[in-house]
Amino acid sequence: MSPSVRLQEMIRVIRSARTQGEERGVIQRECAAIRAQFRQADNGGRSHNLAKLLYVHMLGYPAHFGQMECVRLIASPRYNEKRVGYLGAMMLLDENQDASLLITNSIKNDLAHSSQYVQSLALCTLACMGSAEMCRDLAPEIDRLLRASSSYIKKKATLCAVHIVRKVPELGELFTPAARALLAEKNHGVLHGAVILITELCERNAQTLVQFREAVPELVHIMRGLVTSGYSPEHTVAGISDPFLQVRVLRLLRILGRNNDTASDAMNDLLAQVATNTDSSKTAGSAVLYETVLTVMDIKSESGLRVLAVNILGRFLLNNDRNIRYISMTSLQKIVSTDHNAVQRHRGTIVDCLKDQDASVKRRALELSLALVSAINIRSMMKELLLFLSTCPPELKSHAASGIFNAAERYSPSQRWHIDTILHVLITAGADVRDETVPNLIQLITNASQLHCYTVHKLYRALVADISQQPLVQVACWCIGEYGDSLLQQGECEETEPIQVTEDDILDALETVLQSHMSSPATRGFALTATMKLSTRITENVDRIRSIVSIYGSCMDVELQQRAVEYNALFKKYDHMRAAVLEKMPVMDRSSMGQTNGESGGGGVQELEPTKPKQPEMVVAPQPASQVCDLLDLLGDPDEPSLLGGPLGPGGAPLGPAGLMPGSAGGDLLYLLGGLELTPTPTPATAPAAVTVYDKSGVVLKLSCERPLDASQTITLTATNTSDHDISSLTLQAAVPKNVQLQMKAPSGDSLPARSSAVVTQTVLLNNPNKVSLKMRVRLSYTSQGSPFQDTVQIDSFPTPGL
Amino acid sequence: MRFMLLFSRQGKLRLQKWYVPLGDQEKRRLGRELVQTILGRKAKMCSFLEWRDLKVVYKRYASLYFCCAIEEQDNELITLEVIHRYVELLDKYFGSVCELDIIFNFEKAYFILDEFLLGGEAQETSKKSVLKAIEQADQLQENIDFQMRLFPAPS
Repeated sequence: MSPSVRLQEMIRVIRSARTQGEERGVIQRECAAIRAQFRQADNGGRSHNLAKLLYVHMLGYPAHFGQMECVRLIASPRYNEKRVGYLGAMMLLDENQDASLLITNSIKNDLAHSSQYVQSLALCTLACMGSAEMCRDLAPEIDRLLRASSSYIKKKATLCAVHIVRKVPELGELFTPAARALLAEKNHGVLHGAVILITELCERNAQTLVQFREAVPELVHIMRGLVTSGYSPEHTVAGISDPFLQVRVLRLLRILGRNNDTASDAMNDLLAQVATNTDSSKTAGSAVLYETVLTVMDIKSESGLRVLAVNILGRFLLNNDRNIRYISMTSLQKIVSTDHNAVQRHRGTIVDCLKDQDASVKRRALELSLALVSAINIRSMMKELLLFLSTCPPELKSHAASGIFNAAERYSPSQRWHIDTILHVLITAGADVRDETVPNLIQLITNASQLHCYTVHKLYRALVADISQQPLVQVACWCIGEYGDSLLQQGECEETEPIQVTEDDILDALETVLQSHMSSPATRGFALTATMKLSTRITENVDRIRSIVSIYGSCMDVELQQRAVEYNALFKKYDHMRAAVLEKMPVMDRSSMGQTNGESGGGGVQELEPTKPKQPEMVVAPQPASQVCDLLDLLGDPDEPSLLGGPLGPGGAPLGPAGLMPGSAGGDLLYLLGGLELTPTPTPATAPAAVTVYDKSGVVLKLSCERPLDASQTITLTATNTSDHDISSLTLQAAVPKNVQLQMKAPSGDSLPARSSAVVTQTVLLNNPNKVSLKMRVRLSYTSQGSPFQDTVQIDSFPTPGL
Repeated sequence: MRFMLLFSRQGKLRLQKWYVPLGDQEKRRLGRELVQTILGRKAKMCSFLEWRDLKVVYKRYASLYFCCAIEEQDNELITLEVIHRYVELLDKYFGSVCELDIIFNFEKAYFILDEFLLGGEAQETSKKSVLKAIEQADQLQENIDFQMRLFPAPS
């Protein structure tokens, strides 16, 4: 074994090792030597050995066998050994190690040592790694030292007390009296520590906070002294008197002045003075100004002072130093909600910071820009944000994308703009958007019915250009499936350059998506379903679609396979249903988007109970949505949501039935407006008073009410056929004014033989909580002599029972 | 302050002072990752970064990076001043300090740090006082060393 070398020699040897292996070898030898030395009796070199071990530890090698040696050295009477022992304790022992408890007694003894340097070692170690238990044991000692005569010890004891309070908050009460007294100290070190201690005490205990509010004048006095006179030259940094102390005092003032008028008033003048007199050309001054601004914005300051503070931040924003700009944006972020207009004034500079090279500055600028978006500046801000999105670092992309979506949702000036924006985001950052973006966008598109042509053209173009962005591809596939016919028709779409798109082109695009390895399974599902939907929208290439679908009947992916097999079945066995099954989707209401099977419709006022629901893509749409729109438009004004819930805007804008209406693959038409129950409730045979509301071509419709005209009532509609022809597929649809709720029960049947006394009854439940004047419009549809009939009747007055 | 790290441009740790209780493994992992993150930053970038849930302030002096992780409510700019003050202390003590001084006298660097910061907070805001205290502690140590050389402890 080589003789153990002095510390510096060892370091030299380790550093000269040329490879990692060589270094490991040297270190292993040294550690072995050190271990041997530890086992031996005291030979005067113990501190050197421990120091060597600490060096080795810093390089990353295990050194736990040195823990006991630390404990031993701390207990040694010699200062040099204690010094290294305590250093070792701070490096190798933490409160989770068992050995740390062993030094408690040594620390206790050293706290009472005659030499202040030994005391200092003990205080330093306790403040660095003292566990809660150690703190509890030694707190009384610390308290005693807080009143000691030497400022050297007092300042260290104060910070030790800070550590104790952080570890064991209950002990705060022990230190409060001493802390109060320490504010009278002249020594900066002690004062600094005292201010920190008081800050910790006030943050943890409300009563202490109230107590220390009385100290505000004293603190103001201290600050004034620092700011005005050259209080002490040895504490000055770049012309600022003790910036460390100033910053801490300002922070304490902030805590004391928060939510308290008297305290805030007392410090107003001082803050104004600091804000105006502090020279911010160097970091020290800026640090003080920064703290001042934070304090001003947090307490109940005068408006003039607040304006001053925001102006300071504005100045910081223009500073050449990047750090200062960053700080300024951090502060502006804190006040953007309370002083929005003031911050808006600096919007230009903030937006410029989006282009900064530094990622931290970019992040801050992004946060702030998103907070500053408003209805007025949405267009210009969005331009900047989208530009940012294309160049921003990857860790910010997802945040930026969701921020843009939120902003677009809240302030978009038009639907087309909204759709454009979302598309842009999907194209630039598609991989980073959240999952719910796809259904949200689909819902948005369906709501913007006049933009379908434009949207599908745009999406088609995007799809052809790039199929790697999954969310974009999914939305594109869905739209092409739904609105493929618009894509094929030329000249209809004014808003964009029409391009020649043939059926083959569309199918090519979809097939590319299906076959590409970049497409996720979900995306391929979208593409397959879209292809299938096109079979009803296009005319020539249905065979091609059939072949695509049958190929995927043997696909490895179970989901795709199932879909393909079902679609195949639609082609073969159920071809007559294909058109109905693949009809256009109704407009979806946002609240119904995430529904699972069996839940009733949300958002709308009415309750719907879907039966036998299937996957959303397979949903049957009843009569095209536009017809229902007519019915509703006739009643009440269209500005507010009608009975069906969902937005109803002027000019053919979205309509929203309160829920999806799934259907079985049968021929039954479903009631868009009425609830459908699995078991039809028995309708009352005759209502007390029936009024004929409709009588044409032999079809008679009567209406009766069961209860007096109050908030809720039951209405029965009875239909009879006195004509010469059979009537089948009879359906009744009803609409009522807004604020009235309607629920239609299942009809008793849907056919009326000619000239019979057979009746079809249907019960309608109305709830009129606002007691608006009740009106109802009923539409009858039926098939007679092979052709469909439809008629509408408006009922303005309802019979009261008993009449 | 939660911790302070000094490391070279190659990522070698020269000093680490932890004020929060963490296991050895944890400290090593955290240190390594933070060092890599900072070394990955370009020259003129901001001195502040948000890393995990920490606020980190760092500055490069010649070949050494000085990096501090501070609390949420701490003032970043004053932390820069703290770092600068520490460098000044080292400079005064070693006389134009360079990285080698800190490597070969790492325990002295720690002693100086412990005389300036206590429990993560600045204990003395006067440069003169800190240097004086260290000088006197060194003197004490020298005396003891001298004594021990003259009168070695009985083995």
